[in-house]
This record gives sequence, C-alpha cells and structure tokens, in this order.
Amino acid sequence: MTPILLHPGDIAIAAVLILLDGVLSITLQLGLHRQLAIAATRMVVQLVLVGFILRAVFAIGSPWLTLAVVVTMVAIAGREVAARPEQRLGRFGNYAVGASAVAMATLLTALLALTTAIRPHPWYDPHYAIPLVGIVLGNVLNGASLALDSLLGGVVRERAAVEAQLALGASYMRAMRGLIRTSVRRGLLPTINQMAAAGIITLPGIMTGQILAGMDPLEAAKYQILLMFLLSGGSGLAAVAVVYLAAWRLTDDRQRLRLDRLTAKHRG
Amino acid sequence: MSAPPQARLRVAGLHSRLAGPFDLAVDAGECIAIAGPSGSGKSLLLRMIADLDPSEGNVWLDGRERHDFPAPVWRHQVLYNAAETGWWSETVADHFLGPALAFARTMVPRLGLPSDLLDGSVLRLSTGERQRLALIRALACAPKVFLADEPTGALDQDATALVETILRERLADGVAIVLVTHSPEQAVRLGHRQFRMQDRHLVAP
Repeated sequence: MTPILLHPGDIAIAAVLILLDGVLSITLQLGLHRQLAIAATRMVVQLVLVGFILRAVFAIGSPWLTLAVVVTMVAIAGREVAARPEQRLGRFGNYAVGASAVAMATLLTALLALTTAIRPHPWYDPHYAIPLVGIVLGNVLNGASLALDSLLGGVVRERAAVEAQLALGASYMRAMRGLIRTSVRRGLLPTINQMAAAGIITLPGIMTGQILAGMDPLEAAKYQILLMFLLSGGSGLAAVAVVYLAAWRLTDDRQRLRLDRLTAKHRG
Repeated sequence: MSAPPQARLRVAGLHSRLAGPFDLAVDAGECIAIAGPSGSGKSLLLRMIADLDPSEGNVWLDGRERHDFPAPVWRHQVLYNAAETGWWSETVADHFLGPALAFARTMVPRLGLPSDLLDGSVLRLSTGERQRLALIRALACAPKVFLADEPTGALDQDATALVETILRERLADGVAIVLVTHSPEQAVRLGHRQFRMQDRHLVAP
C-alpha cells in the first residue's frame, strides 16, 4: 500500500479550521487571533523548510552532512533546556549543563538504536538517523528541562534545609540527595505517564504516522514500542545527567552550597 | 579533657569580598557575644568560620588549620546553628539519626518541649519549637566550637533561660561558643567578652 499523497488544496481545506478559530477569537474577544496567525504561519514555513532541507540531505547522503544536522539539532535543544528554568547558573552554566546532558543522552540512545535494533545500511543513513535523533531529542529535551528547572528552583527554595545539613557535617551530595531525587523524578514522570497512556488514551504520533503511511498496525506498534523504550531511556539518562552536572556546578572544593553562582532570569 | 595551651578557636585575617578582616581567639569554655544591627555582618562571620561561605585568611581549631580538615569534618566540629532553621524531611525524628535521637529524647523536656514533639510532623512546629529542636540537633553533634546565631530569637523569657542553661553546661564541658544575639542582657549573661559588629568589622562595644 502506498501512502495517499496530499495536494496543496487538501491542506488549504484543513487551514479553514484555523481560520474558524481566528473568527471565534475575534467574536469572543479572546485576543488570540494574532498569535494564532503567527503560530500557524511559522509552523507552515518551518515545516516546509525542514522538508526541503531533509530532502536535500537525504539525496546527498553524506555522513558529515548528517552529523552537521544532528549537531545543530542538539545545540538548539541544549539552548531550549538552558532557557526554560527561572534560575540561571553563572558563566553560561545552564547552556553547558543542558547541551552536554542532552547530547550525551540523545547520541547514546540514537546510536544504540541505529547499531542494534533498526540497523539501516549504512548505519548513519540520514533517512533513519535524523528523524530518530529528532524524536529522541524532543523527549530528552522535555525531561532534561523539567529536571533542571526542578533542581535549580528547589535549591533556592530549600536553601535553609540544604545548608542545615551541611552545617551539621553532611557531605554536599548527602545534603542534596532529596533535591536530586525529586528533580530526576520530575524529569521522568512525563515519560512514564506517556508510556502508561500509550495506545489507550492516545495513539502515539509515530504509530499514527506509520499507519497513515500505509504500514501494518502491528508493525507500526513494534516501531512505537522500540521508540518508547528509546525515549524513556534517553529522558532518564538526560534527567540524571542534567541534575548531577548542575549540582556539581553549585558546589566547590569545600563542599559548600554556592548559590552565588545562580541568578534569577530577567523577565521582560 | 584538659584545656589545650592554644586557643580552641583562632581566627586570623578572615575576610571575604563582603566582610572582614576578622581576628579573634576563643578559649575552651569561653563564650564571646557579638551584637550589632541586622545586616552588619554577624551571620557572615559565623558562616565564614564554619566554612559555609568562601573566605580568605586562617581559622584554627585547637591549633589545626581548617584546610587540614575535610570540610564536612570541620563543620561537624565547628558547628554553625543558623537563625533560620532548616528541615529536610517530613517527621521531626527523621532529623535525628541513631544516637542523636536518644540524645534528643532526653533534651526535649529540658527545653520545655512536649515529649511527643519528636514523633510529629515538622509542618506543625512553631518557630520557637523549631529553634529549640535545631539547637538540640546541633548539640547532638557534640561540636567543639558552637557558632550560635540568635539561638533564642524566637523564644520567650522562660524558654530563653532553659536554652542559656544548656549553653552554660556546654561551656563547662569545654565547648567554645561564639554567640550572636540581639539582646544586650543575654550578651552580658552568657558572654565572657562582648563585641559589636559595625559595618562588617568587629569592634569592642
């Protein structure tokens, strides 16, 4: 079975729904029509652009070009992780912590999948490598940013509790144990929920896509299961890495809690 | 334990970007009291001595420099008890481990606290109860130097007297105490010597 290809006219019909939303926003005075129009336009431009870029990258099939695309994606995700928390580690700490955790977790899980489970030829075939990195990255980014936000916010809120333990002679890691644990949990919960709900409450995106593209539902389910494992594994790794990297940046050689290395984000 | 020839706690040229330099010597069994307006640097001094804030200069415990100790060991012996108490677990008893819990059970009634307090939740504690429990928690570590930051700030007269009795016992055991207090009467009652903190420098009153 070949996928049913869409024509611009088909998409235009679907766009009527967005127009309807815009009309509702105006009549109900929700003030959302401007944002809605900008978001919809951005989405179309971004996706079309990505489509063209991927088509070119796939056609060239060079490992270096694939690597360059992957590195760019990871760098942008690292920036997202860094930008979300209210608190900032000094000296571009959020960026360093976010990018290294996201890169480590994503590359590890994507490489594992490409060399063991999916095994395309060659293993770096951009048809597989780039979408795989993309979906892993999306989940890893979410887990890492939640975990980082939880740790940095928590350490400011719980300063007295951490310092009380330090003052009584606890090691830094011992004093941070509770915060580290809750932050990793926070980063992992969405993934756990997503796994538990898969197939019952939602039909996951990949599976939906593959069924629409004409794949047998059971084959699509297998792909989705593999991806769920990858996403959960990646999120877990990223949450743990981001939390420990950030915790290490908040201490020094005398095991102090160095909140002077944190600043609150300016909110425009 | 016989008193060592050198001061129990000695501080020389201790400073940071924020406060100092400070020079100070406290003998075993001696209490020095520091008064001064809020924000004058009293807590900063205690935190630097406990090595909770980065600082330059030297601090010795019984003649041994602080950098010869692993930081947690130093803080266990030169113990800072903050004015704002910190709690990291739900029940009160979780904050006392092993022998500390037995110690706490004997100390709780002596500080005028109900004996079932240890088995309750931290959320139910009043500020005054927290302050006394934090004091017990700190003394359970048997520090050699006790850096007490307003240990009776939230307490009434009776409870204050009970705390002062406990602190005097510690002095008799050879503990050196650096006491930050807002109460001039308490400074005189407990302190063998008094100082004032002014613009982040220590001066004679």
